[in-house]
Amino acid sequence: MRAAFEGSQAIARAVAMCRPEVIAAYPITPQTHIVEALARLVYDGELEAEIVSVESEFSAASVVLGAAAAGARAYTASASQGILLMAEVLYNIAGMRLPLVLTCANRAVSAPINIWNDHQDAMAVRDAGWIQLFCTDNQEAVDTTVQAFRITQRTEIPVMVCVDGFILTHLFEPIDLPSQEEVDRYLPPFTFARRLDPARPLTLGALVGPGHYTEVRAELAADLEAAKAEIVAADRDWADITGRFCGGLMRAQGPHSARLGILTLGSIYGTLQEAVATRPPPEPVRLMALRCLRPFPVEALREACRGLCDLIVLERAIAPGAGGILANEVRAALYGMPDAPRVHGAVCGLGGRDVPLEILPRLIELARAAEPVWSEIVDLQATPPVPMEGRVR
Amino acid sequence: MTGTQELRRRQPRFLGLEPGHRACQGCGQALAAALVTEAAGPDVILVNATGCLEVFTTPWPQSAWRLPWIHSLFENAAAVAAGVEAALKRQGRPSKVLAFAGDGGTFDIGFRSLSGMIERHHEVLFVCFDNEAYMNTGVQRSSSTPHAAATTTSPAGRKLPGKRHLKKDLLAIVTAHHLPYAATATVAYPGDLMAKVRRGMATEGPAFLLVYSPCPLGWVHDPRDMIAVARLAVETGIFPVVEFERGELVSVLPIREKKPVVEFLRLQGRFAHLLGDDPKALEEREHLQALADANIARFGLLARGEDERDTVSAARVRRGGRIR
Repeated sequence: MRAAFEGSQAIARAVAMCRPEVIAAYPITPQTHIVEALARLVYDGELEAEIVSVESEFSAASVVLGAAAAGARAYTASASQGILLMAEVLYNIAGMRLPLVLTCANRAVSAPINIWNDHQDAMAVRDAGWIQLFCTDNQEAVDTTVQAFRITQRTEIPVMVCVDGFILTHLFEPIDLPSQEEVDRYLPPFTFARRLDPARPLTLGALVGPGHYTEVRAELAADLEAAKAEIVAADRDWADITGRFCGGLMRAQGPHSARLGILTLGSIYGTLQEAVATRPPPEPVRLMALRCLRPFPVEALREACRGLCDLIVLERAIAPGAGGILANEVRAALYGMPDAPRVHGAVCGLGGRDVPLEILPRLIELARAAEPVWSEIVDLQATPPVPMEGRVR
Repeated sequence: MTGTQELRRRQPRFLGLEPGHRACQGCGQALAAALVTEAAGPDVILVNATGCLEVFTTPWPQSAWRLPWIHSLFENAAAVAAGVEAALKRQGRPSKVLAFAGDGGTFDIGFRSLSGMIERHHEVLFVCFDNEAYMNTGVQRSSSTPHAAATTTSPAGRKLPGKRHLKKDLLAIVTAHHLPYAATATVAYPGDLMAKVRRGMATEGPAFLLVYSPCPLGWVHDPRDMIAVARLAVETGIFPVVEFERGELVSVLPIREKKPVVEFLRLQGRFAHLLGDDPKALEEREHLQALADANIARFGLLARGEDERDTVSAARVRRGGRIR
């Protein structure tokens, strides 16, 4: 059914069609509309689920942890400070191999406090052991949400679906919502072999010493690598039902003859598509969006970069003192690749700073530098918006 | 006696926590956990906070638990238990959920999630094994550590003689949630403890049980004195054994023979600096005696004649821990 939905409403409906049994969340902008919509469905009797409105994000993550361990399909959503408050639990969920889904409505991290979009929150927990999928638009957010429930169930690795706060969560756009029948055909009822059950008592979360800890961590690392196949399969099987494919591990568009590539995450991909379409660049450009940040799709990225001389990594997060986070990961992934492109790091759109179409010529200019650009914030204002006089330094 | 009660009486003792775990000799918490799980029975799911109990019962690949058991983190036992309960409710499974935490995981770092769980009225019996300090990390003070007790982070120094703050009145805070059932108990009175576990299990909605559990290592007493120390805490009024329903006091374990606080202090190295003639020590002793007397007055703890539930009668345990 194609209709105009607010991104959050559409995501909430997608979650509801996956028949979650336990939903726990704590309010934080810009995630609120998603859980408000789910609460409305539950309170109106349209969704049979336990909704647990907790006293913190720490407990939101802990409640879904407990629910998953007890064998229930569980869902939560958060952003920014909430993700950071959850961080300890997020590691724990992945380490215990508990299947559940979290929507991260990506938002900047304080200080300064800022409620608008960037990717610092998801980046802060990228090594927690979760699968992290980024959505370029709300159609992908809906489709990825449904897929996430299947991926987590099959891999027993939690999945974080990242959608740009406000830019996607609060945007109305035409979206094809799947039917309940389509979702039911795709997603089997939830089962969890290790569920807590007095008839078959198991110990979950035991103390693991130096003699076994490495093996447990190695297994998680190997299973995340192996999850790539499941992520692609989930996308293809969903495409078989709906006709919509999200790109598997990453999206790419543009001619094979292109020597310049731009790689990004999330909704900037749409901005760049629009920029290329409306302001044709002097040379062909290959646009790429990483859908899957964890596991990191090294092979797919190398394949997509073949033939490129320059690759600009455009990202909405920063590792202060170490440049761009994604840029550094891309450099590491391409290291040793024959004829690897030069990688330029570009940071933009922090704390909701608008990313205008005019960014494209600036990026192309960046790639013309004699030496690869390590890391540049491409949209700094020439003059500070607040006068410097009178500030205590 | 109802059919269920009769059936329970005839059943052999259920061991939720097997022997052979790695607790210290004379560990109050190990005994308390065994009694609680025995009383709670096999149809429960345990959620255990990080702490000694988690460490000494589950060194991978071993486990001392005969019950479904999950450990997540230090501060989220109540929230994980709430999640388990929500799942069971949705699935129509009748098992009860127990959350276990020490005083650190209850009074301090786990306090927020405990308050949230009770406020949302989850069907969880939360049991705090109170040994009055962070024992698992090596005896650091917690908000449950009593005034003047020496710990590694509130040592008996030349300037400051032990902890300078009062033990947090957690029960008052918990009962302020007006939850259906909240009580204190101690390993010194197993019958009373197990009866309260059964009450908590039978309660609809959240229940809270604070179990006084001496730690020979942290309290610096002979392991064989564990029960004696726990009993003296009750007989002096230091640890009131009380029961609340919906925030109202409904019963106490009466003290038949009141003991002076110094008898309780004398057995424990954590209070060694309070003995002797030093004026400062004397002042601290008087302070602790006053606190115990205030407890006795506040809860009306002194027995009026003999009572089958008082500190003398309740110490007589029958097989299975039942009191008459």
